[in-house]
Amino acid sequence: MSAAPASLQDAAAAILARYPAGRGRSALMPLLRLAEERDGYVTAEAITEIGGILGLSSAEVLAVASFYSMYHLKPKGRHVISVCHNLACNLMGAEGVIEHLEDVLGVGSEGGTTDDGAFTLERAECLAACDAAPCLQVDYDALHAKVTPERAEALVEELRP
Amino acid sequence: MTAAAAVVTRRYAEHPDDSFGIDRALATGGYESLAKAVTTMTPDEVVELVKASGLRGRGGAGFPTGNKWSFVPRDAFPRYLVVNDDEGEPGTFKDRELTERDPHAILEGLLIAAYAIQAHQAFVYIRGEFGLGYRRLQQAVDDARAKGLIAAGVEAGAGAGVAGTDFACDVTIHRGAGAYICGEETSLLDSLEGYRGQPRLRPPFPAVKGLYASPTVVNNVETLATLPHIVAHGSDWFRSMGTEQSPGTKLFSVSGHVARPGNYEAPLGIPLADLIELAGGVPGGRSVKAVIPGGASAPWVTDLSLPMSFEALAAAGTMLGSGAVVVMDETTCAVRMAMIITRFFNHESCGKCTPCREGTWWMRKVLERLEAGEGRPEDRELLLRLCEDLLPEKGAPASGRSFCPLGDSAAWSLRSVVKLFPDEFLAHVDEGRCPFSEPGARVASVA
Repeated sequence: MSAAPASLQDAAAAILARYPAGRGRSALMPLLRLAEERDGYVTAEAITEIGGILGLSSAEVLAVASFYSMYHLKPKGRHVISVCHNLACNLMGAEGVIEHLEDVLGVGSEGGTTDDGAFTLERAECLAACDAAPCLQVDYDALHAKVTPERAEALVEELRP
Repeated sequence: MTAAAAVVTRRYAEHPDDSFGIDRALATGGYESLAKAVTTMTPDEVVELVKASGLRGRGGAGFPTGNKWSFVPRDAFPRYLVVNDDEGEPGTFKDRELTERDPHAILEGLLIAAYAIQAHQAFVYIRGEFGLGYRRLQQAVDDARAKGLIAAGVEAGAGAGVAGTDFACDVTIHRGAGAYICGEETSLLDSLEGYRGQPRLRPPFPAVKGLYASPTVVNNVETLATLPHIVAHGSDWFRSMGTEQSPGTKLFSVSGHVARPGNYEAPLGIPLADLIELAGGVPGGRSVKAVIPGGASAPWVTDLSLPMSFEALAAAGTMLGSGAVVVMDETTCAVRMAMIITRFFNHESCGKCTPCREGTWWMRKVLERLEAGEGRPEDRELLLRLCEDLLPEKGAPASGRSFCPLGDSAAWSLRSVVKLFPDEFLAHVDEGRCPFSEPGARVASVA
């Protein structure tokens, strides 16, 4: 993960330069991503900060932040494990992986964050890796192919702080 | 049997270790088609070439690419090219592969398309979850920029653009953040402008009024990666593959119950059975129960002799869509798969249009209770009625009751499953459980 700057304002100029003059609102999603990387989730302070940079109200920023599943409005675990539960992954046994991870992590059947804040377990929609089914993704980046309940548990142990 | 073909996939099939780097791209003919286009053809000639090739968009709708370009008004500037790399149609994994393994093919196609429509700024909207793809594509943009292939506006007459011409186009990569709907082109544009990704009313179409209210062409990644080959070898060569109405080759993402799931490039029109054979067939000697021929949005089929072309699948009441083929063997529960598909569309419904937002929710509720063994005898008919409530009235043109086809897709898919396997829906009610599940198995019903 790239190092997030202490101040979104410092990063804003380079991001704004990627879009045509007067179209600064396009920088909203990149700034939300940076805020999430810096703080672990999109904090109320970051919403105000981004609104200030782009001349938007907090409500306008929040409306966008709340629409996309990769922005979190509450703290998430240090690692997010997203297990695909869509077509091919279901056919190849994703439910067994998800159930096992729920047990191993002690989170409920709706996923969620472990009490120690180490992990968030999420169900993901198709991750575009159906040839690797069942698959999971760690921190919205590294894809793990053809996972079994055992391999998923081993991965959790590797990631555990 | 129709054999596989390697056109778009050739570079990475032959050079799997470094196909994504600029050195390999340049050593294997990369950017030569771009140079040919900008130095020997006018923009209109490129448009005419692509029209003559019959290339149809590889994102899902299959609209002829050259025609799409020609809708850009002649006197309106600036124009924008937007690349749709927001692959999310369940079952589809070709654009991620292309992005990770041959980003320079995408960029070369992008620059050819930008030249054709005279755009000087392009945006690649890449799915937020594509980490490796983003890094490879960003590296490719940086490397192409260092070679003078990508540049911000250059002065006219200075020859400072591509291949000593005045043409230059800048490229910005914009990362999504987890929303299937942004694969729909007008939602993508709203997202790129910094809004919630929700579809726009059309007309006006993006070609007239798209990004920042300017003329905009939105092209899929695979579509663009095909362009350099058409420029290099011509429209007759392209038409020598595929069918009359679906020329060329296509990447088919084959997954589910096959021995070797993966992307297979083959001429359009390849019989579905041959495609399944390329992927190693169904393991364990089991038979095919049904196939989703074009991603989750496509109605299911059971006829494996169907040719995989836009026209043949449309005539069969389904669609080629993104070319994602999900194979389900005889052990598959149709109700459960319908539930998974419907849950997906419900989750991804952006909420703008009431019929889609509420309709997919009710469809999902009924499917979940059926799969949990709590269904009612009338549920099968109820599901069909819910589908009809989302779809266009008989005789009405084009799309249904929402701004975009997401809700229609949910209804098309579900209706096909109910009609193909009506008895299975009743069996879930009669037995009070899923006949395909182990007793006591958990039924997933999570958002």
